[in-house]
Formats: sequence, C-alpha cells, structure tokens
Amino acid sequence: MPLLEMKNIVKEFPGVRALDGVSFTLEAGEFHSLVGENGAGKSTLMKVLSGVYPEGTFEGDILVEDQPRHFKGIRDSEAAGIAIIFQELSLVKELTVGENIFLGKEPSRFGVINWSELYHKASNLLRELRLPIDPRVKVGSLGIGQQQLVEIAKALSQDAKILVLDEPTAALTESEVKTLFGILRDLLARGVGMIYISHKLDEVFEMSDRITVLRDGKTVSTHTAAEIDKNGVIAAMVGREVGDIFPTPDHNYGEVALSIKNLTTYSPDIPGKKLVDGVSFHVRKGEVLGIAGLMGAGRTELLMSIFGAWQGQLSREIEIEGKPSTIDSPGDAIAKGVGFVTEDRKRFGLILDQTILDNMTLAGLRSISGKFVTNRTRETKAAKGPMQSLHIKANSPLTVTGTLSGGNQQKVVLGKWLLTNPKVLFLDEPTRGIDVGAKQEIYAEINKLAKTGLAIVLVSSELPEVLGLSDRVIVLHEGKVTGEFTRDEATPEKVMAAATGNH
Amino acid sequence: MDEPKTSRFNATTLRAYIMIAVLGMIWAYFHYATDSIFLTPRNLSNLMTQMSVTAILAVGMLMLIVSGNIDLSVGSVLGFAGGIAAYAVTVMEYGLPVAIIASITVGVAIGIFHGALTAYLNIPAFIVTLGGLLAWRGAVKWLLGGNTIPISNETFKAIGNENLPMTFGWILAAVAIAFVLFMAYRNARSVKDYGLGEANYTGELLKSIIPIGGIIAFIIVMNAYQGVPIPVLILVIVALFGAFLTNSTTFGRYLYAIGGNADAARLSGINNKRNILKVYALLGALTGVASLIFTARVGSAAPDAGVLKELDAIAACVIGGASLMGGRGTIFGACLGALIMASLDNGMSLLNVRDFMQDIIKGSILVAAVGLDMMGRKQS
Repeated sequence: MPLLEMKNIVKEFPGVRALDGVSFTLEAGEFHSLVGENGAGKSTLMKVLSGVYPEGTFEGDILVEDQPRHFKGIRDSEAAGIAIIFQELSLVKELTVGENIFLGKEPSRFGVINWSELYHKASNLLRELRLPIDPRVKVGSLGIGQQQLVEIAKALSQDAKILVLDEPTAALTESEVKTLFGILRDLLARGVGMIYISHKLDEVFEMSDRITVLRDGKTVSTHTAAEIDKNGVIAAMVGREVGDIFPTPDHNYGEVALSIKNLTTYSPDIPGKKLVDGVSFHVRKGEVLGIAGLMGAGRTELLMSIFGAWQGQLSREIEIEGKPSTIDSPGDAIAKGVGFVTEDRKRFGLILDQTILDNMTLAGLRSISGKFVTNRTRETKAAKGPMQSLHIKANSPLTVTGTLSGGNQQKVVLGKWLLTNPKVLFLDEPTRGIDVGAKQEIYAEINKLAKTGLAIVLVSSELPEVLGLSDRVIVLHEGKVTGEFTRDEATPEKVMAAATGNH
Repeated sequence: MDEPKTSRFNATTLRAYIMIAVLGMIWAYFHYATDSIFLTPRNLSNLMTQMSVTAILAVGMLMLIVSGNIDLSVGSVLGFAGGIAAYAVTVMEYGLPVAIIASITVGVAIGIFHGALTAYLNIPAFIVTLGGLLAWRGAVKWLLGGNTIPISNETFKAIGNENLPMTFGWILAAVAIAFVLFMAYRNARSVKDYGLGEANYTGELLKSIIPIGGIIAFIIVMNAYQGVPIPVLILVIVALFGAFLTNSTTFGRYLYAIGGNADAARLSGINNKRNILKVYALLGALTGVASLIFTARVGSAAPDAGVLKELDAIAACVIGGASLMGGRGTIFGACLGALIMASLDNGMSLLNVRDFMQDIIKGSILVAAVGLDMMGRKQS
C-alpha cells in the first residue's frame, strides 16, 4: 500500500495546462525525487498536494494510505500528515526557535502559554534530531542552514508522515548539507516518505530511491536510481540528448579594454575588514574573463566596487582602454561604457511591476529616448532589437516583467545592459535559477557578444559554466587572487584547489 | 508557468474608467438629492475652485509618493508660505511679484531641506515631515504672532477669486485643441518614422475626439457662469505640467523606477538621492503656488491655514490609485481623487450634512476605496 498516491492530476490556468494528467506515488520510508526544468510543473504539483490549490480547482485524485482526501486548504493537508518545506523559509526571525516550532499550536491553558512545557518539548525534539540548537535563541541569529533544520523540526512537530522538500540545500554549505542528509536518513528509517525537488543532480542521486522527471506538465519517466544515470535524467528533462551545451569559443582578442590595479574593498559593517584585498586584473576586447570562487570570496564585491556601486570604503586604480580613469557612480560607469548584469534579478535587476519596455530602456534611457523628454516610439524600436535577438517570449514589449518566467526575466536584464552600448560587460550569476534551454541561449549570446569585440567579465558559482565559457579564469579566495589559468590550463581540480586556498 | 499577461497600460486605463464611473454616480446622486442644484454651471465652477488647492498639492504629492516617499508637512508649509506672502504685501507693503517669489522660494527651500534630510541623511521621510508638520506650524504662529493678517492687495485677492474673460476662455480652448491635434499627428508620424508600421492618422484623430469634447464642454460650462476661475486655470497648468513630467521625461521614469525598486534603479545608473531631492523641491514649489491661491481665496493669512491639507492631498493620491509603497500612481488619478473628495465636500454641504458626519463619511470612503482596489488587485 503506497503512502501517497496522486492520480491523473490536471491543473489548468487561463490559457495554460500546467499539469496534464500527472500521476505520482510515494511509499513509506521512500526518498522520491522530482526533477524537471523550471516551469515543468513541480511546484504546481506540490501546491495541489498541499491544498494551496484547493479541491475543485484541479482534476484527479489524492489518496493518503488508500483513503481519498479532499483538501480545502493547507490545514487539511497538514492534518493528513503532509508537511512542505519551501525554498523561501517561513520562519519568524524575531521569535525564538521554540516559539517558531510551536507557532499556532503553543501548549496553553485558557490562552496562557505554558512556556516551560513549550521549551521542554522543543528541546526534546531538537535532541531527537541531534541538532545542537538552543530553543531559546532567536531564529534570526542562526545561519541559513540551521534555520532550514529548524524548519524541518517544525514540520516533524506536527507528526508529518510525508515531507516535501523544495530546493532545501540552495543556501546551505557542504557540511550543513551533510547534517541535513543525516537527519533525513534517520527520518526515512522511521518510515517518513519524502518528496525531494532539486536541480542538484548529485544530491538527487546520492539520496533517491526513485526519480520522477516532469516535462511540460507531464510525467516523462519514473525510474529507480539504479536504472538511470545523470545523462539519462538530463535528457529526459530537456527532451533531447544534451551534447556540449557550451558553444566553442573562438575569440580574437584585441587591446586591453579595462584594467584594474590594487583594488581593495572594505566591509561597510565591520571596520577594517577587507572583502577584496589588492586584486589586479585586466580584460581584453573580445575576451571572456571568468572569475571563480566560493561564496564569500569577494566576487560580487569586486564587481560592485569597479562599477561605483559599493557603499563602503575602497581604493583602486582604473584604466579604460589604456587611459587612467575613475568611476564614481553607476551612472558614471555606464557613461564610460561599463555595463553590469547584476545577480538576483528580482532584487537588483528588475522592477517587476513595470513592463519589459520600461525595464529594458532604464539604464540607457537618456541615450535611447532623450536627454530630458522621452519618446516611447523610439524606445519601442530600441527594445525590439534585444527582444528578438535574445528570443524573449512575451506578447509585446508592454508585458509586465513580473509575469515572465525566470529565463525571460534574465534576458530582459541582459537586454537592458546591451542597450547601454557597453564596451565592457560584467555578468554576475547570469543563469542562476533558470532552465537549461534558457541557459543555453544565454551562453550562445555571451559567446556572440565576445565575438563582436565586447570585453566580458563573468562571475558564476557554477564551475562548469565558468570553465565552459571563459577564455581565461582568475580565482578568488578570501578576497585575494589565488590562481589564474588559461582556457587550456583550467581544470575543475586546479580551479577548486585555488578556490579553497590549496594552491 | 507564465500567468495571463496584462500590461500596466491596460490596468491603469481600466482603473481610470472605473473612477470616472464612480465620480459620475456620485454626481448623479447629489444632483438628484439636491433637487438639481449640484450640476449647475455655478456649482460646478465653485466645485472646481474648491478642489484646486488640494489638487495642486496632490500633483506634487503624487510624484513624491511614486518615488516611495511621503510628506506630512505640506499643510503647515502651506500655512507658512501663505503667511510669508501676506506679511510681504500687508506688513512690508511690497508688491504682488515679491509675495509670489517669496512664498514659492520658501516652499522650495523647505522642500530641499526635507529632501536632504531624507535622501542624504537617511532619516525616514515619515519622521522628517512629521517633525516638519509640527515645526512649520510653530513657525506660522511665530510669524503671525497668533493673529490673522488680512490681504490689502486687491490683485493678490484676484488670484483666488476672479475669472478669465469668456473670450479668453475660448482662445485657451483653441490653443488646447490645436495642441491635442498636434500630439495626435506626432504620434501617428513617429510610428512611421521609426519603421514600426504605417502612420494611422484617422485612428489618432478618433482618439482625440474625447479630449477635444472634454475641453469644449469644460469651457461651455465655465463660461455659462462667470468664465474659467483663475485657480482652476492654475490647476490645469500645474496638472498638465505634472502629467508631462511623469509620462514624458526621464525624471518621471526615474521616479517610478526608484519607487518600484530602489536598488535596481541605483544599479541602472540613476542618482536616487538627487532625484528624491528634486521631487521634494518640486512639491515645495507647488505648495508655494497652492498657498497663494489659498491665502487669496480666504483674503487673509491665519495661524491655522492649511491644517489637515496634507491628508487631503495624500487621500486624493491614494483614491486615485497611487500605492504608498511607491512605483504606482498617475497625475490623472490624483486629480480625479481630489475631484471626488471635493465633490463629497460640496455635495454634503449642499445637503446640510452635519460637520462630524462629513468627516466620518470621507474617512470611510477613503478606506473603502483602497479596500476595493486591493480586492481587485488580488483577483487579477
């Protein structure tokens, strides 16, 4: 008897069939991964399971332990033993760990909370999970990894039989991932069934009993982990065999476009702490320079500092096309031909309420539209270029960017910077959280731009991306350059050794 | 999955139609309830004059709210700038030009001061202008010594009380219609000039019919009483100026960008601080203009002049669809909001609704308007 059965689930949005007859089963004690490109329907399926989309808004059946269930809301699914841990944490940072775990079901009499019982239960629960966390500290004072574990403790306090984990390791360090997996294995042994959504196939294969691949709202395949390998899963996800998704660079370098000497950046919060320490580098016209490094190595700070957007102390010398120069604000940087596709498009890149047109013309507005008086027609014409060349899928330039998929949003950000006519373009995590197809298109575009003579500086956390696209790679570790490799020299092993300081 | 697609343009246009419909219902009700007094040229002329001070403030406030800021001090600043103008003409016996320059300069200076504290010292706008609300009211009381200064200069009073000659009204209408037609021609031409399709002259001409009809109807109604009131003329100029700034200039686009996502705006090369300073200065200038009309209409400067005007201006913006979170709102909406508020004031006064009841009704309508708006947004 399966723990959970979802049969022929169909969910439609106006104009789109998000789920098209998906079936899914989960056994007690099973670790079942759900993979697929963004937009394949994973999140929609989990929202159906959790009652976010209530009974009646979709077709199909949900059975828990052979009993048909009709969820009208999240409370119903929780009562049936289903707990979902979303990528964005749902903890209250200003409350303690114990308060968060028992939020909404505090042990109480006549509305008066029994605090000693609450903290006693909370510490028992944490001890059971072997988590060395004090239930009386505020959640906000914990690291992201520990917060994730608290979220799991919270789910278990509700006696969850089915645990859904949506990209739980996105913000965790390697050792935190190990701790998490250790706990998950204990829970599996106790008979809890787990549905695991992740883009990280290494983790999927490390943990899974079975792997189900979704594509375009349909189940493509369900295999045991032994029956299939990574290439098989990727092929099923994209619906085609992926060869090398990176284009072969064949760039002719010109003269040096941008040269930075002795860049040192201080933390705005901790006096005297150097986030970037004496970094020098240059990038030539038509060259892709990759900057590799682990989280906190100072990569984003480096780009922000050059771009004039750093809000702390800094010192550096800049040469643009061989001439000494200064950049003291982002506006100044744009005027001098430097563009910056920032990381985290929702926070730093886009105004989600505004249209593609408004977003795309923002950075280059004065040159595209007019110094003081704007001209919509001229803007529309300018925006059409990148919309076509980047294959942005939208009805019109007046589509609101918040309604676009991640890949298309990222292309809008890229288009915005192309419209400033840059000579040097910084790309900070240009493919974070977008699907394989859109990634491939952006890779091709980067390659094409380099061929037209643009100097590109690429920062990415994905090592294959840095190695696959760059003509030259420099590696940062704790704010210092710990390695520089040509394309031929750069192997994952060498770069990783430099990034961890073992050079 | 992509959600169904809507553009900001469509949502805003729909909103505008709904608001006009609501205004129409309010007018129809008052006209019926007042035995056909409400929709007479005389009352409509009064109504437009009454709304002008609030609407001029709302134009400036709208731009500030769009940038994600707020100003609670405009009522006190209006009182202070009006006090300065009255002091200049009556006590110092300067001419009208000095009074005009003085009150607008005072407004701009105070705006720059508030803007600098907000943008460059990072003190929240709410706190800076809450302090301003108290401090500038204190400054009016100090300036006037607790007394009321009557305006001795008749030209000054004319700003608030006179009307344009009828012929002049028609000349203005002609200029306005010519402008509308020119813009229609320019729109049609630019589509062709930038290679985006054929110029659709008939289509643009048809679109111009509604604004042209509005202009003619407006002049007919105003001339049927005593001609276009000077405060209304000033309001129209200010509103057109505001609409031009927000729709058709880089400055306007930057305000929406800053209010929509300040980080993204800054990283796109926009100088957020300087633009916020500018919009405070602009609101200050418009507060100066409003203070001149207000003082002229009352015929004197009083220590309590402009009390609660800041709330009227903010309410007008919010009823007109502006979001206090920033990034959203239109000048047209803010002016319509001011007109709805003024219509309620005017209509309820005609019906002799008691003062306390008027306040309760206006407060409820403000909250209900925003409540309905939020429900509408959730569904879409």
